[in-house]
Amino acid sequence: MVERPPALVLDNVSAGYGETVVLENVRLELAAGKTLAIIGRNGVGKTTLLATVMGHTTLHGGSVRLHGNDISHLATYRRVHAGLGYVPQEREIFPSLTLLENLQVAERPGPWTIAEVFKLFPRLAERQGNRGNQLSGGEQQMLAIARALVGNPSVLLMDEPSEGLAPVIVEELARAVKQLAAADLALILVEQNTRLALELSPRAVVMDRGQVVYDGPSDTLRRDPAKLDALIGVAKK
Amino acid sequence: MTAPAPAVAEHPAALALAGRHRVRIWEPLPWLLAIAFYFLFPKYLGFGTDLLVTILFALSLDLVLGYAGIVTLGHAAFFGAGAYTVGMLAKYGIWTEPITGLVIAAAVAAAIGFVSGLILLRTTGLTLLMLTLCTMALLEEAANLGQEYTGGFDGLDSVPIDPVFGIFEFNPLFPNTQYLYVLGVLFLCFIFIRTLVYSPFGQSLTGIRENMLRMHAVGAPVRMRLVLCYTISAAIAGIAGALWAQANAYVNLSALGLDRAATVLIILVLGGCGRLYGAFVGAIAYMALSHFLAKIYPTAWQLGLGLLLVIIALFARNGILGIFQSFLHRLKAKRARSS
Repeated sequence: MVERPPALVLDNVSAGYGETVVLENVRLELAAGKTLAIIGRNGVGKTTLLATVMGHTTLHGGSVRLHGNDISHLATYRRVHAGLGYVPQEREIFPSLTLLENLQVAERPGPWTIAEVFKLFPRLAERQGNRGNQLSGGEQQMLAIARALVGNPSVLLMDEPSEGLAPVIVEELARAVKQLAAADLALILVEQNTRLALELSPRAVVMDRGQVVYDGPSDTLRRDPAKLDALIGVAKK
Repeated sequence: MTAPAPAVAEHPAALALAGRHRVRIWEPLPWLLAIAFYFLFPKYLGFGTDLLVTILFALSLDLVLGYAGIVTLGHAAFFGAGAYTVGMLAKYGIWTEPITGLVIAAAVAAAIGFVSGLILLRTTGLTLLMLTLCTMALLEEAANLGQEYTGGFDGLDSVPIDPVFGIFEFNPLFPNTQYLYVLGVLFLCFIFIRTLVYSPFGQSLTGIRENMLRMHAVGAPVRMRLVLCYTISAAIAGIAGALWAQANAYVNLSALGLDRAATVLIILVLGGCGRLYGAFVGAIAYMALSHFLAKIYPTAWQLGLGLLLVIIALFARNGILGIFQSFLHRLKAKRARSS
């Protein structure tokens, strides 16, 4: 049986905004269908890492490979066609398009259809005629995830999906993320809510000052608050 | 994930698309009014023809500005390209048939739109604004310098145009044919534009206008879509220019000038950008006001228009249609409260 190449590889990546370098020599590998949580304090480069994978930053060195193919110099939309999906931190729903139209502009052939994402988030089906700016924060977050899913990615990048949401909505999102992790979808979850991140992903990466300082089982961090505290200084969160 | 996919006709996206394309009950109204105008105001058919051409030109600008968010001050470049194509072909006896003339004019304007779009749409904001202006100025100067072919500053007059379908002659004194011909072309172009803006392509243009970076991230080839939209819009502006040249039997530098580009922008702001019918409302308001203000106060009629624009800019950012829409919203809210 031929071994599948990793879904996503960041090989010695240094990247940033213009001349400013934010990520330094980051090495990361994610197998197909696996989930990875990236945690760390504010401003350590978590969002920049996702932005680099999507091609929104300046790559100063190293390479990004998707299923064995170098995508470092591809335009963002070509990376999406190659299998990346992105749920941005600010959700960035198109405000004057309806919920359904927000999904239609991103829909690509594959198992995740609009009907399927409505099954994952039944609340969206009820509000499909509403415009993006008429949705609550939680609904916008669900729509942002649904919009990424209908593009039928093989690797989904999620940037702080729980940010600013009520606990009940976070629970609903966590249930959906667990469902996605159970499907054959490689998932990178950037999360400020450390407890949630460690619960959702069996593997965690801790970043500090643009570098990976821990890459290992989430359980290790969960069972050793002192270690977690030493790494990110927010063990009680 | 194992449930069978719904039939195409039952797919929520297909249902939504069908709903979007549905003709609203009031939509035939502008066309009925245009036909009524033909019978009620036979002395004003020249004005009416000009108005219809302006509506088509404004619609072409609405496609790039209102839907795709491409800010341009040089859209008259394509209007002029269409006008000069038809004018020069007819003047030198190469092609005088009007309908195929429109097709040729659209192709020439589209070619200019495509080539310039490939270069200009790499930029945004003020740079794009200035480059579109420069493109138009270059074409205007080329038309001025190519006196031997374009007539230079004086332009080309008495452009011979064949009768429409070989039957209906263009008569400069009684522009009945011109009016109906332009109305027919406007209707066909409008149907095309309406279909386009309600299609997934049109929705993706709205997405690009609202968040270009996000459209990249959902897998849309943003620049090619912008270039395609710019090219289509250029072709429609070219048709408007060609109609103008055919209806008036002349073409001059005013077809390519900043005056024309700025006027159509004002018309769109006045009517409401990105609303399809904003072009209709804006053109009627602007041209009717210009016409009547010029009669009442020939030396300073632009003052009245200027004041109206200031009021619209201050109090109605979405133009006249925006005022109407917010009035309807309030009325609906009031009814909902009372019930």
